[in-house]
Amino acid sequence: MPANLWPSSTDLLRFGPEILLTLIGTLMMVLEPLLDNKRVFRTLSLFTLLAAIGVTMAAHGVPGLSYANMIIVDGFATFFRLLVLGVAILTVLISGDYLEKEGHESGEFYALLLFSVVGQGIMACANELIMVFVGIEISSIASYILTGYLRDDKRNNEAAIKYFLLGSFATAFLLYGVAWIYGLTGSTNLTDIRTVLSSPNFTNSASLVGMSAALMFVGFAFKVSAAPFQSWAPDVYQGAPAPVSAFMSAGPKAAAFAVFIRVFLTAYGPISDTWVPLVGIAALATMTIGNFAALRQNNIKRLLAYSSIAHAGYVLVAIAAHSTVGTQAVMFYLASYVFMNVGAFAVVTYFARKGERYVSIDDLSGLAVRQPAMAAMLTIFMLSLIGVPLTAGFFGKFYIFKAALDSNLVWLTILGLLNSAVAAYYYLRILVVMYMREPGEATNNMDEAPFALRLTVWASALATLVLGVMPGLLLDVAGRWVLAVGR
Amino acid sequence: MLDLVLFLPLVGFLLALLVPAEKAKYFALIFSLVLFVISLGLIGPVLANPGEYSFVTDTPWISTPNIRYHIGLDGLSLWLVILTTFLTPLAVLVSWNYIGHRMKEYYAFLILLEFGVIGVFVSLDLFLYYVFWEVGLVPMYFLIGIWGHDRRIYAAVKFFLYTMVGSVLMLVAIIYLYLKSGTFDYTVILQQMASGQLKLAPEEALPLFLAFFVAFAIKVPLFPLHTWLPDAHVEAPTAGSVMLASVMLKMGTYGLVRYCLPLFPNAARECAPWIVGLAIIGIVYGALVALVQPNMKKLVAYSSVSHLGFVVLGVFSFNQLALDGAVYQMLNHGVSTGALFMLVGMMYERRHSLEISDYGGVATQVPHLATVFLITTLASVGLPLLNNFVGELLVLQGAAMVNISWAVFAAIGVILSACYMLWLYQRVFFGRTSHDTAHHFENQDLKTREWVAIVPLLVLMVWMGVAPMGFLAPISVADNKTLQQSKLNVELKVTAPAPPALPGSAGTTVQVAQTAAGVNNAR
Repeated sequence: MPANLWPSSTDLLRFGPEILLTLIGTLMMVLEPLLDNKRVFRTLSLFTLLAAIGVTMAAHGVPGLSYANMIIVDGFATFFRLLVLGVAILTVLISGDYLEKEGHESGEFYALLLFSVVGQGIMACANELIMVFVGIEISSIASYILTGYLRDDKRNNEAAIKYFLLGSFATAFLLYGVAWIYGLTGSTNLTDIRTVLSSPNFTNSASLVGMSAALMFVGFAFKVSAAPFQSWAPDVYQGAPAPVSAFMSAGPKAAAFAVFIRVFLTAYGPISDTWVPLVGIAALATMTIGNFAALRQNNIKRLLAYSSIAHAGYVLVAIAAHSTVGTQAVMFYLASYVFMNVGAFAVVTYFARKGERYVSIDDLSGLAVRQPAMAAMLTIFMLSLIGVPLTAGFFGKFYIFKAALDSNLVWLTILGLLNSAVAAYYYLRILVVMYMREPGEATNNMDEAPFALRLTVWASALATLVLGVMPGLLLDVAGRWVLAVGR
Repeated sequence: MLDLVLFLPLVGFLLALLVPAEKAKYFALIFSLVLFVISLGLIGPVLANPGEYSFVTDTPWISTPNIRYHIGLDGLSLWLVILTTFLTPLAVLVSWNYIGHRMKEYYAFLILLEFGVIGVFVSLDLFLYYVFWEVGLVPMYFLIGIWGHDRRIYAAVKFFLYTMVGSVLMLVAIIYLYLKSGTFDYTVILQQMASGQLKLAPEEALPLFLAFFVAFAIKVPLFPLHTWLPDAHVEAPTAGSVMLASVMLKMGTYGLVRYCLPLFPNAARECAPWIVGLAIIGIVYGALVALVQPNMKKLVAYSSVSHLGFVVLGVFSFNQLALDGAVYQMLNHGVSTGALFMLVGMMYERRHSLEISDYGGVATQVPHLATVFLITTLASVGLPLLNNFVGELLVLQGAAMVNISWAVFAAIGVILSACYMLWLYQRVFFGRTSHDTAHHFENQDLKTREWVAIVPLLVLMVWMGVAPMGFLAPISVADNKTLQQSKLNVELKVTAPAPPALPGSAGTTVQVAQTAAGVNNAR
């Protein structure tokens, strides 16, 4: 045990992004009753997040372990920190006008968003199971509240309750798994657990270790909405305010994948033979359930929720590949997924209007006639979600399935790709109503999209296309910062 | 220059979105004509050396994994590219009055389609090829889905999904080949196979072949994977049908020749009897169904299934004559079926119906249209001195050399095609005219714009029928090379168990012997 608990300046810098976000988040809570102009918080949170990106990069300059080896700053952590910060920025951009329209803009919302990002940042750099748990809880509790943020709205309340109850339950499993592995190895530090598990003197039953891995898998699978723990996602995404759904489908999920990978590759690396097949089965189930359930959805938010389940399945395929290229593929995929999915949710946010009246797919009828640019952007996102070439989504899928084939997961690859052909059907439905139907009540009388939202949509679409033509830009970064297998 | 022909359509697509809607068609016409003229410049150098790739550009595109922008043109792809650039202005012309709404997007998609299709024909990198293969899908989906007839949405989605299912399987196979060979570059893969560096075990080659084959067979389409085609054709606007039949279906047959034969010669030969069986069923079945169609467009669509059966038959007969015929038949089908769809479209613009029973005796009102239709019909049937005859004859002759019964059964299709086409002609143009029908065709003979659209195709029908050698010569050289590549690998398999052969005089024999020895040692 280290005697000196007082953090050094390096420690502070390595944990800087989270410290900064916590401070400003708390400040916003204090300022909330004092300021009438709630738009200030929009700007403040935007600049805070941008500053946090700077601090993250500064922290990346001094990589290493901190706080008694509880957190680690490496490329992998930086990558996911940047990712969740990016998601938060996009979320702030689309939230402002939405909240204003709903008459609920307040410092609270942005503070909660920042706190959630703090949790995700901790998840990204946790090197210790208690930190993992703390990170997940900080992120989740903020997300629970954000889900029910419009407290007069019944759908929000229902979603929040569901999310909270199921989420707490899943975290309990995770915690139980933590306790179990601590009991077996006497440590909660990922690297130490790895050392103990791979040492020849370790005599505890392999099935007990497997059980602890399974318990933790339940917790993580819930957070990434992997089957069979996916059932909360459609209800929550549908019920939550649209910008919050956008946020949850990208940020917390990416962070959960980060921590999932770090825990299983590092701590459970020595017993990978036991959990890799399990992840493969979960991947197949997740893709299939997500895609087939999405076929029958009429609510666009619900459809995107099932689609995000299916995409979690694709990511699990790459984890099942259990290789460095697989992890690299996960990183590329999650980053490109941010753009296409947040972009799609941004269009939904704009289209739903006050009280989220227009969230049925049929409401999009004839959008291409009334708002050609917006429809074209949504088309790019949908094509990217399908995985049509020259979009980021295509390369995401390509890298994932290439990694899977590399690890001889031939059947998983074939079934996964056939799954993506099934998925094409429901994404195409959105194109069908936008382009091939006459404008209806919902598409007539649309207001001009607010600037911040347009910026988000255009930037996301541009990023989707750029990554679709030059995936190397992101893949090289992911390659440099990847968490190597068998480290 | 090939880069220019490939990427101009992409530029054109963006420009078409910028010009005002009412000017879009003028822009599309001028643009596609310019592109056609530029593409004519491709012919000379390729003809000079049709067995090798001309206009090669080979630069890295993506570093991890190593994906190259590698394109080139040889005798096999040359005419398909020219056909594409040639048909696009004609497709614009037949859409001139037909497309009344959202014109800007329509012409933009038509030009984008050209980008995808040309890309497929010129790619020499498997990954690049796959990219273009999928890119071509999107504009056609919109062309059918937005500007089609009543059941357009169903047809568009069916079209997209069918192709998608096939192509993801192909993607698996492409990635697998990459992992085996370390490259997506098609020419490098072939070199590796020729030198014995890359060997595919039979149990690998067969699934890989099937993955490619299914993707192509859906696109061709080969019986029983053809069901999307009649729907797509019937619902598509005229220009969509023309482009779909004339060039997009050729993406499938082109893939069979370009990739399936050289990459998986053994697997292709093992499966050939089955595939030929399906092709012959397709020929006869397509013809029989065409015979009983009450809908003109559907009739032409089923005739496509039948005609493309000939192409597949020719490809899987594995000899020079049949393969030459098959590739020539791809072009013929593009010209004559394209013309048929245009003419059907012109009839539809007058009568607003595709049902054959709504017509009858219109030859008296529109004699010119009737004559043009007759010439096209005869070409499609395979009358000597017109284009289809040459291709069908070569295919039948080549198939007969392998197995006479193949040719016999396939020839039934030729007879049936005369039945359904001539019967169609009779029902539409001869007989009694109802007052209602006559009213629609009064003073409605071919207009100048329609003449301009159809005459180039008529000229080609005659030209390709009377003087086929000009077209066939480069095809033949390229086919010869394809067959050589395909055969080289087969001989490997045959000689492998034998003791190392004596060093022969020809370079290839030495190479084969050496690799055979290598195979022996490996075992």
